[in-house]
Amino acid sequence: MNEPPRPDPDALLRTVASGAGTGATGKPNTRGRLKVFLGAAPGVGKTCEMLDDGAARRNAGIDVVIGLAETHGRIETMARTAGFEIIPRKMIEHHGRTLDEMDLDAVIARAPALVLIDELAHTNAPGSRHDKRYQDIEDILAAGIDVYSTLNIQHIESLNDVVASFTRVRVRETLPDRVLETADLEIVDLPPDELIERLREGKVYVPEEASRALAHFFSKSNLSALRELALRRAAQAIDAQMLDHVRAHALAGKWAAGERLVVAISEHPGAIGLVRSAKRMADALSAPWTALHVETTRDLGLSEADRRQLTATTELVQHLGGETATIPAENIIAGLLSFLDETRATQLILGKASRSRWHEWRHGSVVDNMVRRASGVAVHVLTLDEAGERARTRHAVVGQQAGPDRWGTPLGYGVSLGLVALVTLLGYSISGIGNVTNIALLYLLPVLVAATRFGLRTGIIAGLASSLAYNFFFIPPLLTFSIADPQNLITVMVLLGIAVMVSQMASRVRDHAMLARNSAAQNGAIAGFARQMTGISNETELAQVLCAEVARLLDVRAVLLLPEDGDLVVRAANPPEDRLETLERAAARWAYDKNRRAGRGSDTLTACEWLFSPIGVSGRVLGVLGIARDDTGTPLRIDQLPLLSSLLDQVALAFERIMLEGEMAGVAKLREQDRLRTALLSSVSHDLRTPLTAIIGNLDAIRPADAEQADQLATARAEAERLRGFVANLLDMARIEAGVLTRSSEPVDLADAIAGAVHDLRTRLSANPIRMEVSPDLPFVRVDAQLFQQCLVNLISNAATHGDPGAPITIAARREAGGMKLMVMDQGPGLPPGEEDRIFETFARIEGSDRKGGTGLGLAIVRGFCTAMGLAVAASNRPDTQGACFTIQFDDAHLTNVEETAE
Amino acid sequence: MKPLRVLVVEDDAAIRKLLNAALTRTGYDVIEAADGRAALAALAIDKPDAVLLDLGLPDRDGLELVPLIKAAQSGLIPALIVVSARDATDQKVAALDLGADDYVIKPFDSEELHARLRTALRHRLAAETRVAKIVLGDVEIDLAARMVTRSGEEVHLTPKEYGMLAELAKHPGRVITHTQLLRAVWGPGHEYDVEYLRVAARGIRRKLEADPASPALLRNEPGVGYRLTG
Repeated sequence: MNEPPRPDPDALLRTVASGAGTGATGKPNTRGRLKVFLGAAPGVGKTCEMLDDGAARRNAGIDVVIGLAETHGRIETMARTAGFEIIPRKMIEHHGRTLDEMDLDAVIARAPALVLIDELAHTNAPGSRHDKRYQDIEDILAAGIDVYSTLNIQHIESLNDVVASFTRVRVRETLPDRVLETADLEIVDLPPDELIERLREGKVYVPEEASRALAHFFSKSNLSALRELALRRAAQAIDAQMLDHVRAHALAGKWAAGERLVVAISEHPGAIGLVRSAKRMADALSAPWTALHVETTRDLGLSEADRRQLTATTELVQHLGGETATIPAENIIAGLLSFLDETRATQLILGKASRSRWHEWRHGSVVDNMVRRASGVAVHVLTLDEAGERARTRHAVVGQQAGPDRWGTPLGYGVSLGLVALVTLLGYSISGIGNVTNIALLYLLPVLVAATRFGLRTGIIAGLASSLAYNFFFIPPLLTFSIADPQNLITVMVLLGIAVMVSQMASRVRDHAMLARNSAAQNGAIAGFARQMTGISNETELAQVLCAEVARLLDVRAVLLLPEDGDLVVRAANPPEDRLETLERAAARWAYDKNRRAGRGSDTLTACEWLFSPIGVSGRVLGVLGIARDDTGTPLRIDQLPLLSSLLDQVALAFERIMLEGEMAGVAKLREQDRLRTALLSSVSHDLRTPLTAIIGNLDAIRPADAEQADQLATARAEAERLRGFVANLLDMARIEAGVLTRSSEPVDLADAIAGAVHDLRTRLSANPIRMEVSPDLPFVRVDAQLFQQCLVNLISNAATHGDPGAPITIAARREAGGMKLMVMDQGPGLPPGEEDRIFETFARIEGSDRKGGTGLGLAIVRGFCTAMGLAVAASNRPDTQGACFTIQFDDAHLTNVEETAE
Repeated sequence: MKPLRVLVVEDDAAIRKLLNAALTRTGYDVIEAADGRAALAALAIDKPDAVLLDLGLPDRDGLELVPLIKAAQSGLIPALIVVSARDATDQKVAALDLGADDYVIKPFDSEELHARLRTALRHRLAAETRVAKIVLGDVEIDLAARMVTRSGEEVHLTPKEYGMLAELAKHPGRVITHTQLLRAVWGPGHEYDVEYLRVAARGIRRKLEADPASPALLRNEPGVGYRLTG
C-alpha cells in the first residue's frame, strides 16, 4: 500500500494545456499565453501598464503589435502607443451606425509573437464573428500568439453578484471565470484616494451618459471593496496554479481533495444567483461542481418563459465552467438524493423559495427533507431572490401559455353539474325508500367522475355542488342550506375531501401518463427515424428525410449543408430554401470547421438567426444541420437538445454507411476493370506467343540441306529468339502500365534468385563469366519471386549487352545499416554522365549504342517491377573500375532474418 | 516394344502439327485433341502414357482437365505436362498442385520439352516401382535407410533438410510446389511458411552442392517450388 504519490492526471492535463502543449487546432505551434492586467476599477492605469510591459518586451527584440488599445483620447496613454505597430480596426455597419472592432483575422494573419488587446470583457458589435472579445482572444491564443489584455474586477462572472450587491451597478459585460484560469494575472493597483484624485482631475475616462451612475460607484468604500476583491482574486489564481503544480508533481501536501459540489437549479429566476454562489464556493474549495436539474412531472406545466429561464441558467453554468446534469425522477428529493449518492457529492446548495406554509404542508419542504435525509453531505441553503434578475433572454417572451388543463374545460363543468343534477333527481325519487345517508354515497359518483376525467378544480366544484345539493335537498331542514345535525356536516366534509383526494390522485396519474407518453413519443420518433435511415441508400434522400424529420419533431425550419469541393452547399431544406445569407454561411462554416455549434443559442456568431450543429462521427465532420424558428426565437430548447443530438448521431452513422457503400462500389468497379485488363493482356499474350511457338518449333525441326541453308536457318532462329524477347518485354511493360501486376510476397534467397536468373540466361551469357559476391548467410528478401527474378534477368542481360564482350559481370549483395543492397556491375564504357536516371525511361537507349540491340524496355521494366514491389533501383558508374553499376536497394522492412525463421 | 503414346491437347492447329511432327520423329505414338471434350474421349479410348495439355482450350479451362486426367483412369496414370502461354506463377502453382507433373511455357524450346517429357515418363514408371535409392551425380539418397552420402561419405542433414530432400528425391526432375513440400515435411498448417523452405534449402546446398552460390542440384522455381536436377 506504500505507493509513491501519483500525479493527478487532470492537473497534468491542465498544466500541459496551459503550457507547452499544442494548440487546439492541432498545429505544431504551442498555444499562446494570456496575461491579464487586472484592476479594481476603471482609471487605475491598466492600459498604461499593459503598454509599458509590451514596450519592454518590444525593446527586448520581441515582435509586439497593438491589436486594440482604448486610449480614450488621453495624452499619457496615446504617447505610450507610439513606436508600436497598430493593426487597423475593422469597421462594422450596424443599423446605419458604424462601429469599429478589433480585426481578428488581420491579427492572426500578421502573426506577431505578442499582441496587446485592451478590455478583455468587451462585447463585440452585433454581426462580428464572436459575441465577446475573449472568444476572439481565444482564437488568437490558439494560433500560437501571446496576448496581453486588461480587465476590471467587476466583469468577472462569478463576482458579478457580489459587486452589484455593494455598488448597486450591475455590469452587463461579464467574463467567464475559466478564461482567467489559465492566464497569468498582474494586479494594477492604485490606492482609492489616489484614484479619486485622478477622477477629479479628469484623468479617468467616464462615458458621458453614465457619469451620474458612476459617481456613486467611485466612492471610497466601493473602491476599497473592489480593491480587496481584485487582490483576493489574484491570490486565488496563484493558489490554483500552485495547487495544479503541487498535484502535477505529486508533491506531498494537504489540499482539499475529494470535495464535489452540487447545486440544485430550477426554472426559478433566483437560480442564477444560486449558480454564481456555487461557482464561488467551488473555487474556494477547489472542487468540481455540477448544476443539477431534477425533472419531475411538474416540468410538464412549465411555460415557454420558464423553459427559457432554465436554459439561461444552464448556459450560465457552462459559462462559469461547471457541469450540468438533468435527471428524471418521481420527485425532487428522490432525484437529488440519488444524484448525490451517485456522484459522491459532499456539498449541496439549495435555494429556499419564499413559499407559503400551505405549499410546504402539501408538497413537503425540499430543504427540510434534504437536511434530514442527505447524510454526509453539507447542505447550504440560500434564499432564492424572487426579485432577482430575469434571465437575460434576448427576445421578448412570446405568448404566455395559460394552462387550460388546470382550470378544466366548460364541458367538464357542464357534465359534472349535470351529473350532480341527475343524482339529485335519482336521490329524490328513492328518498322514500332508504336512509338519507345512502343518498350521500350516490353523490360520490359525480365527484369521482369529475375528478378523474376533468381534473382537480372541476372535481372540487363537483364536490361543492354535490354537498350543497345534498344539504339543500336531503338534509333537514330541507330546502335550506343549513345543517341541523352535526353528523350531516361530516357527510358534507367527507364529500369535499374525497373530491380533493381523488382528483389529486387522478391528476397525478394523468401527468405521469403524459410524461411517459412524451418520452415514448420521443423514443418512438428516434426509433422511427432510425428505421427510415436504414432504408435509404443515397445522400440526397437522406438529407431530405433528415430535414423533414427535424422540422417536424422540433417544429423548426431545417437546412442541411454538405461539403462539396471544399465548399458547404445546401443539400436539403424544409421548408425548401436554396441559399443562406453571408452571416449564416459563416456560422455554418465555423460549425463545420470547429466541430461545434454556432449561431443563435450557441456562443458564436449569435447574430445569426440559425443554429448550426455539426454532424460527425469519431471526430470527423460530415456536414452541418441548421435550424431556425419562424419567429426568430432561440431555435432549440434545452429539453430538445438530447433529441436533436441522437437524431444527428443517427444521421452521421447513416451518412458514414452511405459513404462506405459508395467506396465499396468504387472498389468493386476498379477490381472489375483490373480483371478485364488482366484478361485482355492474357489473351494478347496468348495470341502473340502461339505463332511464335510454331515459328521457333518449325525452325528447329528443319534439317538444312547445305551450309548456306544452315546459315539462313540460324539467322532466322536468332531473329525469332529476339522477337520472343521483344514480345516478353512488351507484355511486361503493358502489365506495368495497366497496373495489373499481381504481386505476391514471399521470402526469397538472393542466391536462389541470382542462380535462377543466370540459369535462364545461360545461352546468352556463354561469353561473360559471372562473379558472385553473395554471402550465404544474408537475410532473405520479401519480394514477388517472379518479378524479382525478371528484374535480375533484365539487369544481367543489360550488363551482357552493354559491357565489353567477354568481360566478367559481377553480382554482389551487401548488408548495410538499415537494409541491404544488390549490385549488378559490368565492365565497359559505363554510363554517360547525367544519363543515370534517363536510362530507366521507356525506349531510352544511350546514344550510339543502338547497334547493341535490346528493346529499350528492359530497364524500364526493372524500374516498373521494383516500384511495384516497393524497392528502389538506381544506376551509376562503378567507382572501382570503368563500367556501369545497377543497385537495387532493400530497406529493413523487406528483410527476413534467417535466425527468426529457424525450424 | 510398343511405342509410348502421347496425347496432345491443343486448340491451335499449327502447334498441334508441330508437336505431332516432333514427337513422331522421336518415336512416340501421337494422338491429337483440339478441345477438352475430344481430350477426355481420347483419354478413355486410347489410354495415352503422357498428355501435353494446353490451358487455353475453346470449350473449357485446361486447369479443369488436370485432375480428371490424373484421376479418371484405371491402370497407369498418364504423365501430364502443361504447355501454356500463361506464365503467371499462380497458374503454374495451381496446375502443379492439381497434379500436373511439369509446366512448360510457350514459346518453348523443343529440346527442353523433350527432356521434360522424358523425365515425367521416367518418374511415372518409378512411382510404380518405388525406387529406394536415388543417385544424382556424386550424391546418393537412400530413402529406405534415410541416409545421404556425398562421394561415399555420409552427410548429416537436419530432419527437416532430409525431409525436404527426400520429398524432392521421390520425384527427381519434377517441380514440387512450396505447398506440397511444406505440407509433407512440416505438416498441415505450415503451407505458407516459405521461409522454412528457404532455410532448409540453404542447409542442403551448403552440405551437398559443389558451389552453393550457383546451385546445380537443388533448383529454385521462383514463386513455385523446388526441383532436384541430376
